[in-house]
Amino acid sequence: MKKNLSEDFSMEDSLEQIIQEKNLVYRPTRLMTGATLSYCPGCGHGTIHRLIMEVVEEMGIQAETIGVSPVGCAVLAYDFMDVDFTEAAHGRAPAVATGIKRLWPDKYVFTYQGDGDLAAIGTAETIHACNRGEQICIFFVNNGIYGMTGGQMAPTTLEGMVSSTTPYGRNVEQMGPPLKITELVAQLAGTYYVSRQSIHKAATVRKAKKAIRKAFEVQKEKKGMAFVEFVSNCNSGWKMTPNEANQWMEDHMFPFYPLGDIKVDGKLVKNVIQDL
Amino acid sequence: MAKVRGAIVVDIERCKGCEVCVVNCPTDVIAMSKDVNSKGYHYAYMEHPDDCTGCTNCAIVCPDGAITVYRIKN
Ligand SMILES: Cc1ncc(C[n+]2csc(CCOP(=O)(O)OP(=O)(O)O)c2C)c(N)n1
Ligand code: SF4
Ligand code: SF4
Ligand code: SF4
Ligand SMILES: [Mg+2]
Repeated sequence: MKKNLSEDFSMEDSLEQIIQEKNLVYRPTRLMTGATLSYCPGCGHGTIHRLIMEVVEEMGIQAETIGVSPVGCAVLAYDFMDVDFTEAAHGRAPAVATGIKRLWPDKYVFTYQGDGDLAAIGTAETIHACNRGEQICIFFVNNGIYGMTGGQMAPTTLEGMVSSTTPYGRNVEQMGPPLKITELVAQLAGTYYVSRQSIHKAATVRKAKKAIRKAFEVQKEKKGMAFVEFVSNCNSGWKMTPNEANQWMEDHMFPFYPLGDIKVDGKLVKNVIQDL
Repeated sequence: MAKVRGAIVVDIERCKGCEVCVVNCPTDVIAMSKDVNSKGYHYAYMEHPDDCTGCTNCAIVCPDGAITVYRIKN
């Protein structure tokens, strides 16, 4: 009994020893504004925001970076990421970003868009900005659903996946198959770097951050469009707990939306036709 | 023998109790509190502080950026 007590005391002593500024190994970046995120618990949007800001901080480009936020749950992204921002009409972020980048070619310009925004109402803007090879980064968050409006089917919704507008599961006979827009834009001459990542596990977070870094480096070198998809959860829309949603995502989303680089240095590194 | 020891500090008010950090900790350090924060969420805390290696896994997966990590070698 006595022994246990003294162990407890030494435990507390050492905790105090450890928790000191000089021993700091990770703190959330100050380029996140500190505003409480409007996202549901466990939603991937917050992690992706933070990774983008970590890269901006590490590259020292905060003052030169301009984001374009979407319509969707990330509509308030400008409140959370501490860089200049503008808000685009639904799906139009790549067109707005094109204008900004052409006026200020030395700024770092990125869009942040959901799958409803980028692959439904904004399909034309997405494809043409990619085809023109605009010197911007597109960060595309694919949670297979319209999260913000109550979980309706998106073009990205998987076959058989239940949503509020497909209560019996997506029927591809009637609604067509899910759209792999990332494989599609990878085939356009204007895209220089195309990758698909996820952010639900520590290892995938580290890889996703490298992909974001690569995307900004491509823009720095003015090589063309850098397009990074993040397969993410919408645990509220999917009606699961966050950890259940992440497991479901691994089991169902990843087989259809495989992770990894698709196009590097302007060359396809995957057989996208087979993947389509 | 040099042992790496770590510790996390959870920003209780930022935590939304999602438990993503819990399943990402390789040494099962984290559990959810019985108490709730002012928003009504059970927050993450170190249930087994002795086992923390300061690997940062929990912090980098936290959607709300609620975790800070410290590490020493002794
Ligand atoms: C012109 C227009 N049409 C429709 C809507 C309704 N609306 C708001 S968000 C949204 C879809 C958002 O889905 P997604 O882009 O996947 O974002 P998520 O919330 O899933 O992150 C829709 C259809 C709108 N705001 N404006
Ligand atoms: S509705 Fe879905 S996408 Fe929107 S914040 Fe909640 S979990 Fe995230
Ligand atoms: S730093 Fe690593 S070991 Fe410590 S609580 Fe977090 S995940 Fe667990
Ligand atoms: S991941 Fe973050 S928000 Fe979720 S329970 Fe852990 S500390 Fe709280
Ligand atoms: Mg969506």
